[in-house]
Amino acid sequence: GCDGGEDSSLRYTLCKKLWDTIKEETESLQDELNRQILEGLLHFIKRCCSGPRHTAGPWEARMRASEIPTAALVLGVNVPDHDMTFQSLCELLQQSVTPHVACLQAKECGALKSLMRKVLERLVGSAAEDEEEGDTHPHPKGAHCTLATLCEWYETKSKKSSTPGKKRSSEEEPARPPIVIIFKDLEAFNPRVLQDFILICSRYVEQLPLILVFGIATSPSTIQQVLPHSVSSLLCIELFQSLSCTQHLSTVMDKLILTHYFPFKPNAKVLQVLVSIFLYHDFSVRNFIKGLKLALLEHYLNQPLSVLCCEKKEEVELNTTQLSHRGLESVRQLASFRRYVEQQQPQEQVALLTSDQHMKETCKKLLKDLYKYHKNYYPVLRCLHALTCSLPRVPLGKQIRELHITCLEGNVWEREEYRSAMQLLSRHYLSKLMHIKILCPHQVANNDSFTFIYYHYFLNVYKKLTLIKNIFDNERCSCFVSPEAKPETAANEGMTSPAKSMEKKTDLFQLQKTLLEMKETRRTKKLSGFEILRNEALDFIDALVRSHLVPPETQPLHEVCYYSSSALLRRHLNATPRTSIQTALSSPYHYLQNDALLTEDGGVSNAAPDLCIVHKLHLECGRLINLYDWLEAYATVVSAAEGKDPESEEYGKVDELKHARFIQAVSELQFLGFIKSTKQKTDHVARLTWGGC
Amino acid sequence: MTASLQHPGYDPERLLCVAEKMPCRVSQAGTLLSLMGERLQISSMNEFYPSIFLYGHRSTGKSHVINTLLMDLELPHATVSCVECVSVGLMFERVLLALFGPDTSTLLPRSPSLSDFVRIYRQQAPLSPANQTRYIVIEKAELLRDMDSNLLPVLVRLQELVDDNVTVILLSEIVWDRFRPNTGCFEPLILYFPDYSKGDLQQILSQDIHPSYSPELYSAFINILLGVFYSVCRDLRELRHLAALNFSKFCEPLKEGKGRIDTHKLWRNIEPHLKKAMQTVYLRDVSSVQWEQQLQQTEEKECAALKGLSAHAHVELPYYSKFLLIAAYLASYNPARTDRRFFLKHHGKIKKTNFLKKHEKTSNHLLGPKPFPLDRLLAIFYSVVDSRVAPSASVFSQISSLVTLQLLTQLGHDDQLDAPKYKCAVALDFIRAISRTVNFDIVKYLYDFL
Repeated sequence: GCDGGEDSSLRYTLCKKLWDTIKEETESLQDELNRQILEGLLHFIKRCCSGPRHTAGPWEARMRASEIPTAALVLGVNVPDHDMTFQSLCELLQQSVTPHVACLQAKECGALKSLMRKVLERLVGSAAEDEEEGDTHPHPKGAHCTLATLCEWYETKSKKSSTPGKKRSSEEEPARPPIVIIFKDLEAFNPRVLQDFILICSRYVEQLPLILVFGIATSPSTIQQVLPHSVSSLLCIELFQSLSCTQHLSTVMDKLILTHYFPFKPNAKVLQVLVSIFLYHDFSVRNFIKGLKLALLEHYLNQPLSVLCCEKKEEVELNTTQLSHRGLESVRQLASFRRYVEQQQPQEQVALLTSDQHMKETCKKLLKDLYKYHKNYYPVLRCLHALTCSLPRVPLGKQIRELHITCLEGNVWEREEYRSAMQLLSRHYLSKLMHIKILCPHQVANNDSFTFIYYHYFLNVYKKLTLIKNIFDNERCSCFVSPEAKPETAANEGMTSPAKSMEKKTDLFQLQKTLLEMKETRRTKKLSGFEILRNEALDFIDALVRSHLVPPETQPLHEVCYYSSSALLRRHLNATPRTSIQTALSSPYHYLQNDALLTEDGGVSNAAPDLCIVHKLHLECGRLINLYDWLEAYATVVSAAEGKDPESEEYGKVDELKHARFIQAVSELQFLGFIKSTKQKTDHVARLTWGGC
Repeated sequence: MTASLQHPGYDPERLLCVAEKMPCRVSQAGTLLSLMGERLQISSMNEFYPSIFLYGHRSTGKSHVINTLLMDLELPHATVSCVECVSVGLMFERVLLALFGPDTSTLLPRSPSLSDFVRIYRQQAPLSPANQTRYIVIEKAELLRDMDSNLLPVLVRLQELVDDNVTVILLSEIVWDRFRPNTGCFEPLILYFPDYSKGDLQQILSQDIHPSYSPELYSAFINILLGVFYSVCRDLRELRHLAALNFSKFCEPLKEGKGRIDTHKLWRNIEPHLKKAMQTVYLRDVSSVQWEQQLQQTEEKECAALKGLSAHAHVELPYYSKFLLIAAYLASYNPARTDRRFFLKHHGKIKKTNFLKKHEKTSNHLLGPKPFPLDRLLAIFYSVVDSRVAPSASVFSQISSLVTLQLLTQLGHDDQLDAPKYKCAVALDFIRAISRTVNFDIVKYLYDFL
């Protein structure tokens, strides 16, 4: 952002507003997705605290070994996302079931003692804060962190709450609210510690209504791996499976990217980077959203025209009107805008390039067109996806995001996959047609039943088409209903495409009519009728795709909305520290930008920092490096850099300064992890990297 | 009951009452009682044995017998379980609390030592003189071995140190031979609790009669239950639990009012359920609550099998994590020398027999995973994965997250500079399932299956 101050602050507010909306959206989405599993869990805990001990008869109660109710929560390997789930779980529990919830992480519970302390701290500590009378419950210390202490505390606590003088806020709360202990990452816990803790818990389960929750990242069978039978027999485990993270991503993308509500769009490559980081590296939706946030920030920071990238149409118009001369100039510089100008009449061209007022009007028009383009793009995309996702070998991708990326990359209808999909669509129906043809001779005699089958089949096709149409219509309806869509827009500009589709719709309706007529006439030549319908349908879809799924690069002013620097995003999100260190060491010019370091062959110059020289020299050695030889070589190189005469006595001699510099460089190299000292030979160091001899 | 509990120091009626509480354990209880000696004995020192060691399998009644004796005969005692005592101080505190009342435990300094404990014990013992022996019962005594090395030798002859009439009773599941420290120590008196026999189990379990059914019926049920489970499980606790879970199903035909049904028919009815319970509930693959729910609704959907914990073995992993895991598996189960053969294009033919040393000829899958350095893992990873992968930070972080997921294990210390070594901790079936999802034929790359 090298533009004026007021411009960048405007962009900042825009960006912040947009991000807040996105954040809100994702959070509500997250809650929505987690709701089912959390509700199940909540129900489980409520049931447990009312307890089988109380519901079953006295005999069962006496006979049943007292098990600790345990919920195994399988959340998938995207560990970074779990925090949010656990947080909302904690909040939910504290709101509706029990104030006693302790969340534990493996890294803070290395030993049983610390685990105990954490449990007590979380339970007793949080309650003390609640009551604002912390002095009555002195903070548990050291050796006193036992479940017996907890027991006492719990007894006094429940006694206090049951006395009439102190009324609880909610009446429904059971007299003995359960104590829920959540192990966020079961796999990372020390099995020994966990076993001991459960053994201890089982001794107190009669006095304390304990409930455990295990957060599991891999699979429930880890419980059996971590806990031996003698321990797991103390638990009564119920399983809760959360939504898979790929499904989660699809929903998030559906809400954030495959919609016209958000003006900010990542282009194909950026989206590819984000999705591939998700699929290849971490499965973390949170990181995906973070990546999106980074893209958003970068877009608003570096693209001066992002002032025009606003959520509301009024804002767009306002900002366009307020565009400065410089801003307009930068619009004129845009590649997509220049292409647009070239297509215009010469007069128009002149007007566009000279008159700022005219330019602003055109901008408004173009931005409106862009908005409209988005509004049409997504319904058609969904329509095409609905059609092709069930084809054999799914040529256009199973997930809608794949199709979206393909469409963003270029004209989808020119792709081989699209053609084969269309062919499959026609052949798909054709195969059934063939089936009917085979059946034909048998059925000719009984004309009635033949038409019956035929009719059914036709109806099927029709159903499919109506299904498609419905999807399309729904999308379109939602577009019209949306508050942003002003009625006159729909009437004036939006006319072209809806009109076309309406026309097509009536066509289909007529087709159905003809179908009914055909049924009445019961002519044998009905195959062609089907073919007509099929072709019409396919043509209709094809036309839709061709008119609406054009890549955004063809749209003028697309730069306003689309963020395109994928390399930057990749560099930031998928850092390669090893490569960076390698680059820094082998070509210091890359980072230092000092001309003295430039060498023509790409090697390291004599004047490079000591570390680079030492690194370069160590590359020529084998696995073990003789320190003295290394020092000699270093001294020679440095002497050459000092411009000493190669013939002179001093050349290549090791003085104290050089020695010190060498030692420092070597220890830096050790710090970077390239070498380490070895016990095999005393005056040698070992290389830790590949290469060399 | 063949032998009844007898001891001159106690009221025989009371003893009879106590004996009823511990069926099939009368002889052990008798031995214990005679060891404990007269109740009201103005004792001279060292008349009682300073320590007794009780051992036997899980749920053979060790704690039950000793606690019943101590409680019902109202003897002064302290019971501590070693699992709970995360520190020695906690154990001392518990003992003092139980023997001398709540005030004494506060006398202990922070992180008390053994001598602190002995000192305070000696202070307190004369203040509350007892004319009976005091007992300290230590459950799960095998954990004492992991505590301070001087603790066990001191406990077995605590009597001498504190100069009081005290007996330490250690309960454990393992034999005393495993306890004996290197330096040797005082030998406690050893008493073995044998496993219950089938008859014993039958007798004990039959005592939990359901109030609304006849004892004969319940005993018949226990007979059937033992017939199915006795071969795999002799744990009284588990058996009792299983009995409780399955009894309602057993009684179902009776409840439905089909009149008098003989036990044989009942057996026919319950047997498949018990068999199923053995595979699921007993292994805790299915929780008991789920099992009960299942029993209630079996009529509707017989075939809808309960999915246990082990049924969900599938793990979803990111793409590169899968390949990292595959590479780790290959590195763990292939000899390093064979890497050339699998991952070099022009490796030439290497015959299996001549190529390998003798010890490598045994199946690596029988020997288990071998450790491998990080470098080898990455080298195999890069040659296995089909696209060019930048050595980005997230690839490395995936390795460590695989370690936290316990799919890999890191060996040695975690000094990254010192070339960390890993082992692959997944089974062949698991890795085959993983490699199938990425279209990688792992069997072709495993030396054992060549």
